[in-house]
Amino acid sequence: MEQMMEQMPIVVHALNIGFIQTLKLFFITLIGAFPLGLVIAFGSMSKFKPLSYFTKLIVWIIRGTPLMIQLLIIYYFPGLVLHRPIWGSGESGRFLAAAVSFILNYACYFSEIYRGGIQGVPIGQEEAGLVLGMTKSQIFFKITLLQMIKRIVPPMSNEIITLVKDTSLARIIALQEIIWAGQAFMKGSYGISGAIWPLFFTAVYYLIFNGVLTVLLSRLESRLNYFR
Amino acid sequence: MAILEVEHICKAFNRTEVLKDISFSLEKGQAVSIIGSSGSGKTTLLRCLNFLERPNKGIIRVGGETLFDAGDPSTQSEAAIRKKRLHFGLVFQSFNLFPQYTALENVMLAKELLASERPDYKARKKEIQEEIHAQAGELLDQMGLSNRTGSYPHQLSGGQQQRVAIARALALTPDILCFDEPTSALDPELTGEVLKVIKELADKKTTMIIVTHEMAFARDVADHTIFMDDGVIVEQGDPRQVFEEPKEERTKQFLSRFTQG
Repeated sequence: MEQMMEQMPIVVHALNIGFIQTLKLFFITLIGAFPLGLVIAFGSMSKFKPLSYFTKLIVWIIRGTPLMIQLLIIYYFPGLVLHRPIWGSGESGRFLAAAVSFILNYACYFSEIYRGGIQGVPIGQEEAGLVLGMTKSQIFFKITLLQMIKRIVPPMSNEIITLVKDTSLARIIALQEIIWAGQAFMKGSYGISGAIWPLFFTAVYYLIFNGVLTVLLSRLESRLNYFR
Repeated sequence: MAILEVEHICKAFNRTEVLKDISFSLEKGQAVSIIGSSGSGKTTLLRCLNFLERPNKGIIRVGGETLFDAGDPSTQSEAAIRKKRLHFGLVFQSFNLFPQYTALENVMLAKELLASERPDYKARKKEIQEEIHAQAGELLDQMGLSNRTGSYPHQLSGGQQQRVAIARALALTPDILCFDEPTSALDPELTGEVLKVIKELADKKTTMIIVTHEMAFARDVADHTIFMDDGVIVEQGDPRQVFEEPKEERTKQFLSRFTQG
């Protein structure tokens, strides 16, 4: 216990560095997947059948396979199989590959939530807009969008909280996020070796961050409660 | 001259013919009531007039201008149809108010969007918005809702929501205002307040087409009554004549269900 208290400042410093990488992956994924998910949602709802079948096929593949396998394939396939290492070397290459995998994966999940949200807005809303001489884009931005956002906040909150924890999967391609940083103390890092508690301690970071997110997301949900 | 002329409208969904050769006309300031059992095509007819459905055959003219001709594709472009819709207003059975906007905002929204497309909008923005705001307030006042302008739809009763919807349709000053069973979604004790404002509009010579199951209302408020059955106009004419001395057997059968009840 005494030894642990001595190691604490060093471990926290290392875990903080790892957690910054975790947060970077988390936010980049959201920034990329929010809009890409909308594009995929419109693709799967398209009246042009080849496009809608193609997007549904992609969504099926991405949702039907483990994110860990997707990470491995996206990171290693170009270099090891095609002999074209497109991701570059080192941590920045690993981050790029991880970000692409996560954005693609989460965009597919988001697209299904968006689709449900858009299709859940009653058709009468669009018809009322049309009858009042609004254009399709005015109807989407002025009428449908906010109603859709209200509908999707609870399922999106779920996905966002899952994403916080899923970032740990990037450990499999040795991205130096917080799990990697915690695990490093087992082999040896900053002069400490054979310590497993830092790995366990990473859970506190996830727990606190998810606590903050839960509060923010439920605040957003209640902000949208002014209409039904 | 008739403000609205509908000629030989036909509409089928897949193989099901819902409207079979519908023709009628309407004078400015007239109110027409359309009665008939469910599935007779009344709602589809209103939806065709508002371009929510596209007729397979027929012509729609307003004020002499051909708005729609099934035989002339140049009358059917999406951009042109948007402007043509403004000749008509539509009050839905299920209100379809926008839930995220207050009563006042519901009435103002479409007019603001249209105004923002005007070339002088930027220069006169404030003035134009004040005008729209004042007009919306007046309309809600006319509907007896001056104290509910800041309420959201879910805070209003069905009857109040429908009156907001009527104000919203009136805000764009349509040539012809259509009502699609405006009281069918309301509790019986709330139908009266909605029928009252429609009656007031009729007294002000608002040109209207009213699809309704309220038989007494259809007889008393309208200048002209159309009875539809199975996609055709079976009988039309002066409401007293249609209701009291119907010529057609089908009209008699339909009306007898109401007089007995």
